[in-house]
Amino acid sequence: MSLVDDKPPALLDRHPLLKATLGTPGNAAITLALAILAGLLLPRAWDWFIWNAVWWGSAEDCTAASGACWAFIGEKLQFIVTGLYPPEQSYRAYAACGLLFGLLLVSTSPRLWGRGLLALWIAGIGGAIWLLGGGGPLVPVATDKWGGLPVTLFLSISAFLLAFPLAVGLALARRSRLGGLRLYAVTFIELVRGVPFIAILYAATLLFPLMLPEGAAIDKFARATVALSLFVAAYLAEIIRAGLQAIPNGQYEAAQSLGLTWWQATRLVVLPQALKTVIPAIINLAIGIFQDTTLVAVIGMFDLLNAARVAANDQVWLGFYTEAYVFVALLYFLFCFSSARYSLWLERHLNPVRRH
Amino acid sequence: MTYPFSLKRLAATGAVALSLGAAAISSAFAGPTLDAIQQRGVIKVGVGTSPGFFAPDSNGKWQGFFVDFGRALAVTVFNDPNKVEFTSSSPQQRLPALQAGEFDILLSGVTQTVTRAFKLGFHFGPVVFYDGQGILVKKSLGVEKAADLDGATIGVQSGTTGELNIADFFRKTGKKYTPVVIEDSKEFVAALESGRVDALTQDSSDLAIRRSEFKNPDDYVLLPERLSKEPLAPAVRAGDDRWLEIVNWTVYATIQAEEFGITQANVDEFLKSEDPAIKRFLGVDTSLGEAIGLDPKFAYNIIKAVGNYGEIFDRNIGPNTKVGFQRGYNELWTKGGLLYSPPFR
Repeated sequence: MSLVDDKPPALLDRHPLLKATLGTPGNAAITLALAILAGLLLPRAWDWFIWNAVWWGSAEDCTAASGACWAFIGEKLQFIVTGLYPPEQSYRAYAACGLLFGLLLVSTSPRLWGRGLLALWIAGIGGAIWLLGGGGPLVPVATDKWGGLPVTLFLSISAFLLAFPLAVGLALARRSRLGGLRLYAVTFIELVRGVPFIAILYAATLLFPLMLPEGAAIDKFARATVALSLFVAAYLAEIIRAGLQAIPNGQYEAAQSLGLTWWQATRLVVLPQALKTVIPAIINLAIGIFQDTTLVAVIGMFDLLNAARVAANDQVWLGFYTEAYVFVALLYFLFCFSSARYSLWLERHLNPVRRH
Repeated sequence: MTYPFSLKRLAATGAVALSLGAAAISSAFAGPTLDAIQQRGVIKVGVGTSPGFFAPDSNGKWQGFFVDFGRALAVTVFNDPNKVEFTSSSPQQRLPALQAGEFDILLSGVTQTVTRAFKLGFHFGPVVFYDGQGILVKKSLGVEKAADLDGATIGVQSGTTGELNIADFFRKTGKKYTPVVIEDSKEFVAALESGRVDALTQDSSDLAIRRSEFKNPDDYVLLPERLSKEPLAPAVRAGDDRWLEIVNWTVYATIQAEEFGITQANVDEFLKSEDPAIKRFLGVDTSLGEAIGLDPKFAYNIIKAVGNYGEIFDRNIGPNTKVGFQRGYNELWTKGGLLYSPPFR
């Protein structure tokens, strides 16, 4: 048997894609079935999304056409993105979105991670609150007028920021040797993880105000943010605990033998390594929370998804729900997909050793 | 209400349970609502989100049938239709939120019931919309009244009282029907469009809105009968009688104006009327306003700002809108409906 096969490789072997799709009879059958399905669906999708769609015009033009009504999105863009925010002030809502997006972009670079970035975040959130809420030269806008994308972004980001210190504390407490502390952490985490987010939201918006003394009122938006951050904290704490468990005991012992106290060892040696391990899991949680913020619609807040739904309730542009949902689905997808890709990149970037 | 929202029934149960607790705690809280309104300079109104009844337009400005009554209230209190703030509230949340003082009034289509009056400590203003379970059929069926339905397949949403009401109705007429219980609210609508059922039954405002979302709304017709009573009325917290009276008479003013034939367009001509009742009503004769402590021209101002009941109805949900509601019971008593204003005297 010669080492070199004279025969040129078969067509299928030369093209990995062909081999994967048609390599075996089973695969070929699946490919064929999917191709037929695509052949049936794609022309219809093309017709609805593109060919018969109304790109600009009035609601009547849309009703007359058989395709999608993208003119609706054009008309309602401001409402979907900023909700009930006063239209003449909408530049502030856009600016707040830009600010939060900018912060997210800056934070994607691991080289910039540090105290400076944390300070930037706190300043950024403060800036977003000021832009949205007003004060000084800006006209005040009550939180129940906030809506759309800024609300979705602000809720997810501020909930995460508030949750983080709490989660670290809970994770450490759960691994603590102090029984009382551990019991407290376990109770909180399991209680919160044991009920759906919507129940926590209801408790924060319906029950909590009744417990306050007369006259005292805490803003609904603030209550929802705190409720969300408590929810995030419980899940985040479990992720961080997993990170802590992944750190070998040798690290603690080495730190101790260098004369570090428990606090110093935790802060300088254990936590940095533990957090690094679980960053992809944290981003995964962040994507989930970003989507969970849509639940605030049940307490009457106009987040991005709810604003899109309500936009199609307008008597003039009634019933273009599909277009509204497709549009926000695209926004959510872009956001979540890019986060997922970033998480993948980060995982490889931070653990070059595990790279294959 | 009936409020075009599938979570409704589920929510009603939860809201009642919560509000029962709320009522027990907050009965001591009830303060003079009107004082708070005047201090704040704006009325806080809880609304829902359904086309025609309450929905923000492209500029985020609230529009709708109930919204216009909120504006009318702002006219009565401040003589300015814009001194009112609308906040959307979900069906689960609105009753406890009213209890907790988040709103001065709910104009979100709350059904007036005896439980809500006695147990929850709510007071209701005049019914502004008589809703009730209706039947939506395909026009091609050629049916004009519900009693003609025989052997029809009728879609009902599961877990609603609609199921029981329709059964009672057919027991009474003695005709046959096949109920199709449908869980999902999207599927519920699709069932009629696809021909799986001949008719749908649900609260009529809900059906009217669903109909407006069909590809060809004109192929479907809402039958005139109502199988249940869902009177939708403004709800306020107990404990401020004057505020309740302001709500009452603001609504009555729109109804009385229609009865007089006074509209937004011709209200100024009516100022010249010699009819003493109209003179009192529009405040040409100021004695009435002085006696009740309101701006004598409050009714005039309301009509000038939002129009009479019929105008509010037609503009937002009437036959020429996409929601396309017929007046039905929501017609003046003089025309066979249920709307009746006590005298302005």
